[in-house]
Amino acid sequence: MSDETKLPELGSIALVRYFWRQLTSMRTALVLLLLLALAAIPGSLIPQNAQNPMAVSDYFKQHKTLAIWFERFSLFDVYSSPWFSAIYILLFISLIGCVLPRSFEHFHAARALPPKTPKNLARMEYFQSWPANGKELEIARTWLKAKRFRVLENDGSISAEKGYLRETGNLFFHISLILILVGVLIGGLFGVRGSAILTQGERFVNNATSYDTISFGQISKENSLPPFTIKIDKFVAKYNTLTSAPEDYTLYVTTVAEPGATPKKQIVKVNSPLTFGSTRVYLQANGYSPIVTVQDKKGSVTFQGPVPFLPQDGNLRSIGAIKVPDGDPQLGFVSSFVPTYARSSNQGAISVFPEALDPRLLFSIWQGDLGLDNGRPQSVYRIDTSNMKQISLNSLKPGEFLKFSEGTIIFEDVVPWVNLQIVSDPGKSYSLIGGIVAILGLLASLFTRRRRIWIRVSADEVQVAGLAKNGAPGLAIEMSEFVTKLKGN
Amino acid sequence: MSAQDWAYISNYAIYSAMVLFTLAFFGHAYETAWAVRTPIASAETEGNLVAKTFDNSRTQKAMRIATAMMILGFAFLFFGVIARGISAGRVPWGNMYEFSITGALAFSGAYLFALRKYDLRWLGVLVSFSVLLTLGTAITLLYRPSAPLVPALKSTWLVIHVSAAIISGGVFLLANVVAAAYLYLDNMESKGPRKVWAQRLPSLEVLDQLSYRLVAFVFPLWTFAVIAGAIWAESAWGRYWGWDPKETWAFITWVAYAAYLHARVTVGWRGRRAAWLCLLAGSTFLFNYVYVNVWGTGKHTYSGL
Repeated sequence: MSDETKLPELGSIALVRYFWRQLTSMRTALVLLLLLALAAIPGSLIPQNAQNPMAVSDYFKQHKTLAIWFERFSLFDVYSSPWFSAIYILLFISLIGCVLPRSFEHFHAARALPPKTPKNLARMEYFQSWPANGKELEIARTWLKAKRFRVLENDGSISAEKGYLRETGNLFFHISLILILVGVLIGGLFGVRGSAILTQGERFVNNATSYDTISFGQISKENSLPPFTIKIDKFVAKYNTLTSAPEDYTLYVTTVAEPGATPKKQIVKVNSPLTFGSTRVYLQANGYSPIVTVQDKKGSVTFQGPVPFLPQDGNLRSIGAIKVPDGDPQLGFVSSFVPTYARSSNQGAISVFPEALDPRLLFSIWQGDLGLDNGRPQSVYRIDTSNMKQISLNSLKPGEFLKFSEGTIIFEDVVPWVNLQIVSDPGKSYSLIGGIVAILGLLASLFTRRRRIWIRVSADEVQVAGLAKNGAPGLAIEMSEFVTKLKGN
Repeated sequence: MSAQDWAYISNYAIYSAMVLFTLAFFGHAYETAWAVRTPIASAETEGNLVAKTFDNSRTQKAMRIATAMMILGFAFLFFGVIARGISAGRVPWGNMYEFSITGALAFSGAYLFALRKYDLRWLGVLVSFSVLLTLGTAITLLYRPSAPLVPALKSTWLVIHVSAAIISGGVFLLANVVAAAYLYLDNMESKGPRKVWAQRLPSLEVLDQLSYRLVAFVFPLWTFAVIAGAIWAESAWGRYWGWDPKETWAFITWVAYAAYLHARVTVGWRGRRAAWLCLLAGSTFLFNYVYVNVWGTGKHTYSGL
């Protein structure tokens, strides 16, 4: 285009205007839209830190060099990467630049009257004429007004237009997309999201230290957490006896909304979270916590309590680690737990049903250095046995105990644990409103037909004509209805 | 009747529907092939080049029978889906087998519905074949015994979200079939006049307009399916959007169709380019259905495979 050759002569303001016009052009918006779809693809094929950090670390182990390159291009964090953000920020700027001027224009246009009746009506798509009897103009006026057309009269002719809702809906649709993004932004800035594993019987107090993981939005503050407590009374899981598939999870809790409030018994299910103001508490995962007591050689207790184990399959065979750092030497029990025990010839102990029908705790006992003091973070489900020595191997049923060279381990009982996700998202209602308005706007803009109808009555002739914008269907029917009405009287 | 009985009834209904769709397929295939009249040998020997002609007077009956079979097949399929739901004591959208039979129902339903307004019977071969393929895959590869839902699916949103998604999918695929027909005929026309069998197919403008109408009609429903999914995700998973692979691809499909509508309405794309864009958008939907369900990871793993 000639624009490009002229470019060097443009002043800086003109240059900015040129880029602004390019950015807000429909073509650019279209390209950005397709680019956004394209950019979203890698995140669905490559494991993402936000969704599945375990899979990302596995990927690093399996494809080391490739993973490093992926990391450099933020391919493990696609949706918060600079390039993805760049695309959608540009798209939304383009959208705003496109929608705002059009909104003002439409605001004026929607209150203006239709343009005057053109001179040559015969050129229009739907044109008819017949001898006049004098009353047509009056009938037409009543009919058009009853049908809520906007009407302009001009010596012996009427120009009428209908269907402004099309553009209104279109604009509302695009504005509501901006509102959805604003909701996402507010959620990101002011939201709080965390999770905690709680064993049956445990009480959760909502402050930052009670969480296993917690992340605050850029502006949200730690003391903004509402002061509720949740006591886990009972967790019941029902499973299909044929397929082992879960059929129902029910969590019974006692909640206190704020210190001093009366305790309330409530039920949490997967699809019905607890609500405290703008904070909601979701039941996300569950498993088993064996309750174990470890004594040293003298019989004094060095460890006691439930230990959450991590489920490995649909029948809840779980792995876990019992770490006893307070003994001398330090002890570690590399363990697995099966709720319904069976022996398989090639895999060893397996679970054949997810309910605790015949539970068994299997473990190997290690002594030495647990490596807890070197400051490196460790998995709570695993033990680094590189500085340790295996001293025994065994399995226990609930109520049984085992004496070994360094003491005694008692498998007291097993209780379920639940993982609660606690989320505060103050932006979600904006996004929801945005979503609803988007659909309404879309319906209005796709199904409203914009059309003009004209009538001109001279001394001896009536002329009517119609025109549909965007080739909207149905005008022919409307025109014939109009003509019948005019001729009928 | 027991749940088991209903499960058997459902399977028989679906097998019967497959038989009916097979008959419909043969009816349409016969119709397409035999409506072209080849001139008899004596006419040719006269030395004049006598062109093949299109004459469907003999095959009208086959076409009517095929359509009747299609309607019957739809009815059996409908009954099969309902019986499956009764046997499981819930809406029949708990695993990929059930998504597929319902998807086939929506697709054939969209065709029959559009038939009331447009004469689409020339599409019958493709439609009955696609339905057969879907049902065949479903019953051989994807079949799972009827069972209750996992806890995450126990929600009224299942009915709302999944039905909207399945209906949108059915219509998107129909739009794809029309767009593919457009490209095929466009290619044929660029080489010369249409072949005889293709002469009665609608003009390119009609096909172009039809695939646009189908998309424009169902795009708000797809938007609704995505938003309903977000509302459900908020109450089940604690976030309304989490870039789960299924969500990502639903978004990609949405963006692709949004681009298609813009390209048509605002930039004025018609014909080939629009048809290709329509096919591209439709294939993102298929990819989401096949790849993410079967091989994908994430929270939407309800295929039961």
